[in-house]
Amino acid sequence: MQRQMMKGNEAIAEAAVQAGCRYFFGYPITPQNEIPEYMSLRLPQVDGAFLQAESEVSAINMVYGAAGAGARVMTSSSSPGISLKQEGISYIVGAELPCVIVNIVRGGPGLGSIQPSQSDYYQATRGGGHGDYRMCVYAPATVQEAVELTQKAFDVADKYRNPVMLLGDGVIGQMMEPVSMPEYKMPVLPQKDWAATGWNPNSGRARAVINSLYIDSAELEQHNIKLQKKYDAIAENELLYKTEQLDDADIVIVAYGTTARIALTALRRAREQGVKVGLIRPITLWPFPSEVIAKASSSAKQMLVVEMSMGQMVDDVKLAVQGNCPVQFYGRTGGMIPGVNEIYEQIMHLKEGL
Amino acid sequence: MAVVFDRPKALCDVPLHYCPGCTHGIIHRLVAEAIDELGVQDKTIGVAPVGCAVFAYNYFNCDMYEAAHGRAPAVATGCKRTQKDKVVFTYQGDGDLASIGAAEIVHAATRGELITTIFVNNAIYGMTGGQMAPTTLIGQKSTTSPLGRDVERNGNPIRVSEMLATLDGPALIQRVSVHDVKHIMEAKKAIKKAFEYQIAGKGFTLIEVLSTCPTNWGLSAVESLKWLEENMIPKYPLGVMKEVQ
Repeated sequence: MQRQMMKGNEAIAEAAVQAGCRYFFGYPITPQNEIPEYMSLRLPQVDGAFLQAESEVSAINMVYGAAGAGARVMTSSSSPGISLKQEGISYIVGAELPCVIVNIVRGGPGLGSIQPSQSDYYQATRGGGHGDYRMCVYAPATVQEAVELTQKAFDVADKYRNPVMLLGDGVIGQMMEPVSMPEYKMPVLPQKDWAATGWNPNSGRARAVINSLYIDSAELEQHNIKLQKKYDAIAENELLYKTEQLDDADIVIVAYGTTARIALTALRRAREQGVKVGLIRPITLWPFPSEVIAKASSSAKQMLVVEMSMGQMVDDVKLAVQGNCPVQFYGRTGGMIPGVNEIYEQIMHLKEGL
Repeated sequence: MAVVFDRPKALCDVPLHYCPGCTHGIIHRLVAEAIDELGVQDKTIGVAPVGCAVFAYNYFNCDMYEAAHGRAPAVATGCKRTQKDKVVFTYQGDGDLASIGAAEIVHAATRGELITTIFVNNAIYGMTGGQMAPTTLIGQKSTTSPLGRDVERNGNPIRVSEMLATLDGPALIQRVSVHDVKHIMEAKKAIKKAFEYQIAGKGFTLIEVLSTCPTNWGLSAVESLKWLEENMIPKYPLGVMKEVQ
């Protein structure tokens, strides 16, 4: 398909439709409204259904209902709305249902702001709901990448019977960029023979029960052990990251999403001044690229983590670095976006101390 | 010898966990009989609530979901919107439906969602041990209204069927009871009609069934049936609240 200018939110919605998503349940919240708006017109054109739910809580439970029936289904929201969905996400994980959840992150806590932020990192990567669980979290840095990761998210969700989150900040959702919509080809995926689609006693399959309740403790423990094996497989197979000029880097920046793009420009400017700077950009926030960060930290003199938060991913970086070298943090928050100059100054400041 | 009484095909052959004297078992049977008589077992999908009926997925012999507390109508909506040819029902108690799930039931009803809700009202939270429900009567004692429900302290109970009957989406809203044989037969007819209306695409259907909780009411099974008749029916009158012909 030819390149066209698309707003991030609309590109994500169209990518989902192209990937076979036929059902969307959502609730309005800024800055993600273009996703439900787009879906409300688009899905009926492809014999799907869009429903504006009465709340985010209802929307995620409608997703539970549709995913349990074996459908490709998506919901989207922004930070406060994602908080409301956390109960449902926990149930979806417990019942092993595939679906895609988009969070176009805005500033918090509370009602916060409607401007871009990365302050939902903990919530996304630690399992914001109750119970032991993990899910694959994709953090696109461009609209094109958002499109590609949205489509991948559906496949990964189906492959592991687990929800997948696309974590874009408000910039990714609102920005227009040139996009080539990829021709989607569905990989070979497991049959959804577990779905609740109506049961004939003579069908040979077991009665479907979409459920996360295991009242017997020993059974629940076994269920959790089974889920953990799945998370281990996701961690093994689904890690994504990109690196820039790591080989000789004295200072290694770790940043994701929009922040990584700004950091890359600062990196190039610093390189022009002869400063040896590298960049690690996690594309999956969970699983996290701990090994590549650990390796980089064994030769780097300083690590610099840049986030649009008060410092959340920096914890994971420190866990990976294991004290190999100092880890500095620079963050803007509340909807404030770090400028190239700010990050450049951080780099030059660290350079002076080398 | 001719078989005159048997387990409905739409009920699994397993012991129910309900307390002695509880009328959930009767209501389960009525739902299962309706499914059998309409011949829709292979396209029926049920949604169990949180509360006493949380294990309903072990009892109804069809594909089932277990939903989060109060969310059964949302789950049923997601299920039905993806497969319009299926018969989808929720089975919910008063805490689940009228308290934590009030938003979900109101909006499923007003949308005219093509699902059937069996709403079991026994005026108390049974599973958690007898706390006050949104339908607990004024003066009724519970573990969180130990001196009896008081309007000033606890607020008023809610009449769900009357409230939902004001909406445009429902095709059938009816309150029934299972405290004696005559009323059980009426309840059966209402439940079957609700499924028929769903299949005919008429709109949202809800049958509120007044039910007992001997354990948490602190009464015997027989006393409970009498208490239901004498105390619940005056507050929650039986009858059709809304019907679209």
